[in-house]
Amino acid sequence: MSARDRILARLRAAEPGAPVAVPDVAGYYARRSRLTATELLSQLCARLRASRADVKVAAPDAWASVAAEALQQRGVRRLALGSCARAVTLAAALPDTIETVRFDGAIEGWKRALFETVDAGFTPASAGIAATGALLLNHGGALPRTLSLVPPVSLVCVDVHDLYDDLHHAASVQRWADDMPTNRVLVSSPSRTADIQQTLAYGAHGPRELIVVVIADGETA
Amino acid sequence: MSAQPLHFVSPAQFRGRVSEALADDGLRDNFRSAMNFLRDKRASQFPDPVETEALRDLGEAVRKHALAHLPALLEKLEANLQARGVEVHWADTPDEACALIHRIATEAGAQRVIKGKSMVSEEVELNHYLEARGIDCLESDMGEYIVQLAGERPSHIVMPAIHKTKQDIARLFEQKIPGAGYTEDVDALIHTGRQVLRERFMQADIGISGVNFAIAETGTLWLVENEGNGRLSTTVPDIHIAMMGIEKVVDTLEHALPLASLLPRSATGQAATTYFNLITGPRRPGDQDGPRRMHLVLLDNGRSQAYADAQLRATLQCIRCGACMNHCPVYARVGGHAYGTTYPGPIGQILSPHLLGLEASRDLPTASSLCGACAEVCPVRIPIPSLLMRLRTEANRAPGARTAQPLAGQGASFSLGQKLVWRFWSGIYARTGPYRLLRWAATRLRRWAPRRQMGWTQHRTPLVPAARSLHDLMKARRMAVSDRDVKKM
Amino acid sequence: MHAARPPRPDQVYLFGTCLIDLFVPEAGLDAVRLLEREGLTVHYPQAQSCCGQPAWTSGNPDEARRVAAAQIALFDQPWPIVVPSGSCAGMMRHHWPALFDDEPALQARARDVAGRVHELAGFLVEVLAVDYSGAGGEPVTVGLHTSCSARREMGTRVHGVQLLSALPGVTLDTHASESECCGFGGVFSLKHADISGAIVRDKVASLSAVCERFVTADCGCMLNITHAAEHQGRPLRGEHIATFLRRRLEGEA
Repeated sequence: MSARDRILARLRAAEPGAPVAVPDVAGYYARRSRLTATELLSQLCARLRASRADVKVAAPDAWASVAAEALQQRGVRRLALGSCARAVTLAAALPDTIETVRFDGAIEGWKRALFETVDAGFTPASAGIAATGALLLNHGGALPRTLSLVPPVSLVCVDVHDLYDDLHHAASVQRWADDMPTNRVLVSSPSRTADIQQTLAYGAHGPRELIVVVIADGETA
Repeated sequence: MSAQPLHFVSPAQFRGRVSEALADDGLRDNFRSAMNFLRDKRASQFPDPVETEALRDLGEAVRKHALAHLPALLEKLEANLQARGVEVHWADTPDEACALIHRIATEAGAQRVIKGKSMVSEEVELNHYLEARGIDCLESDMGEYIVQLAGERPSHIVMPAIHKTKQDIARLFEQKIPGAGYTEDVDALIHTGRQVLRERFMQADIGISGVNFAIAETGTLWLVENEGNGRLSTTVPDIHIAMMGIEKVVDTLEHALPLASLLPRSATGQAATTYFNLITGPRRPGDQDGPRRMHLVLLDNGRSQAYADAQLRATLQCIRCGACMNHCPVYARVGGHAYGTTYPGPIGQILSPHLLGLEASRDLPTASSLCGACAEVCPVRIPIPSLLMRLRTEANRAPGARTAQPLAGQGASFSLGQKLVWRFWSGIYARTGPYRLLRWAATRLRRWAPRRQMGWTQHRTPLVPAARSLHDLMKARRMAVSDRDVKKM
Repeated sequence: MHAARPPRPDQVYLFGTCLIDLFVPEAGLDAVRLLEREGLTVHYPQAQSCCGQPAWTSGNPDEARRVAAAQIALFDQPWPIVVPSGSCAGMMRHHWPALFDDEPALQARARDVAGRVHELAGFLVEVLAVDYSGAGGEPVTVGLHTSCSARREMGTRVHGVQLLSALPGVTLDTHASESECCGFGGVFSLKHADISGAIVRDKVASLSAVCERFVTADCGCMLNITHAAEHQGRPLRGEHIATFLRRRLEGEA
């Protein structure tokens, strides 16, 4: 008998417990009050800022230049990005001092270059979660996972229309469970650790800085 | 890195290690301030008691539901993982788990392993196993890295190096990391660790991680972390091996959501950790990165023993937040290493007897005042004090006592002397005559109360009975009242 | 409290507990006086001894059951059972029924008895709604320690705070880590004497930092803390809440 069969047989032979109802997760979240659009934006920004993210709110025609300026202020010289429409817009707004890097093919061909020569990575978010101040990155396909992970500066943009109250709200509206990409990541701050005497330090392994640009029409936060 | 001698300790040495820990004032101060810090942080995340209790109810319901369907959910998880190209392995024992991983490494010709934080890998002592077979195994979580560098084991399941001060770590880095000078600046220390480890992420052939929640419906492994080392370990190396206890599965993605809210809030007092890392399979066609091969090792190691019993099954509801240890008066005094187990504190006290047997862990269930602070903060409402009492009962069972689901090491604490003491005690307290005699003797012979009263007088003055018992006082009072009544007539 | 107040009884049982019986009998007597002050007749069955908690918590349920069974038989009138100790009250109310899982007849009686068990402070507040505004005595500052099981199973801390803050001239001082265990835990204090000793040392220190006298509704904790303080030569005195209330009502300091 394999370990698998032994383990499953033991579990199946266990004492039956009291009957258990299916947990009403949707019911729990439905009882919570919903935020207005303004509240969503202000809460997301406040939470992210409290976690030491640099958050900017910019109009649709200005976000790329706002992002470019933030990169420039940090002395970024090489920015890695993918090939989506947002990346194209951003690339067009970059000053000459910032070179764009687009990796082709598998990571095996560009791993060292990414680790050693890239200052910042750009990844558009598919959702923003107000309750926890988190941004959803659907990695896979055209959006390599390492872009939001390896470069010391991480730049993320999110559309104000993609903001949700909490994870449950986003997961149900966007129907996450129906189509899981290879790597769905929620990011709420620069990489951090408190493993040394409970002292918070940033840039443990991942990005030291997180720049977030919320693309909004006529609103500020 | 060369193989560090790990401090293999066992819960059988609990008492000796407790004495050492209690004599170490510095260690107690470290734990005291760390625990206060974590308690305050947690409290700040749960300001509304009504919301808190509703969410804990939901968390408990999710875990109970998952356990009620555990064998079916494990099969569903396995099928959905396989459909995504993940190889699923099952291990009954720590040795089986280590051997499985060693085989994967050998077949891939892998030399260098980088590890994200995984308590299951600590439980099976994977580093030791692989290092002994010539495979380099490096911890990448800052706390785990520090502990590995010091040749120790984690003293807390969430904050492995919580027993160390920044001065300890400064000295450690200075000694062990070439080129690192002495600095107590935490940012600088973290930067040193980052520099060492980044290089190793690039070079590693295999990344090993734990799993916080496994979602059966989608075949997704959900990892919770702050540093990014978990993401790097599961993304950059060519092979990713995840390890989890068989209890970590939940049915649907929706079911994992309340747990993902409870875990960081209970553990570190964060609304969410920096990263929630949801992995659904290895690199797909069209992906540019991610591991090309992915494995999941499911470990039993005594969990099915806890599962067999309807009461003890609640042990497996645990989501490993560590809030129980952060709030435990015993853990706060003795620290994590004293327990001599992978999982210290209250959760370790109820889990370790299944992992290691009651023989080795017999001192753990009694090392609690049953104050209930653990159960009060447990995000999934594990009734830890009740489970401790149940384990005490199982440890006390007479040899040869027949039970439906005998536990490994059952009866380990049985002693005829103790049994007789309790028989004698109940013989007195269950019967009027003997108890009257005890009261008489205790109150009349109070001058001769012993000056040494077992453990009591090690830290307290002796107990001396009152001159008259409440029984006597009440009897005298009743007689006085009836005398008055008689006189009134 | 929003819950409807239970009907006010005119007769109650007192379950004095084994510790009070032998070590702090005046606390039991003061509990009787407080109840009588409210016009109740207090019955004290002479055959009572212990709730069985020491055996139960140390993993000897057979012995706990034997002792509990002997107590259950003593309360056949439908009167409330008042217990001047939160952990004993918790044992009786929450754990007695479970002791008799295999004996349905006894379990039914255990349930009936358990349903009538009240911790003293809770009973004074919730059922009797006592009015202590006429109490007197010199101004005094006291600390409050609540037994963990009493706090968690019987809500005793809330009741203690309510009673003490209603007393004129009494200032309640909250000590650091007030909610933390005193390290008693019954047999724990004997089996793991060093850990228990370390915990009570901290409790004595944090109570001593704010007061010279503390009040508690649990004699196990009280004996633990006061005897530890005495061992350390600290001038910290502990008093059962029944005694403290009675004294203030009689105008004593």
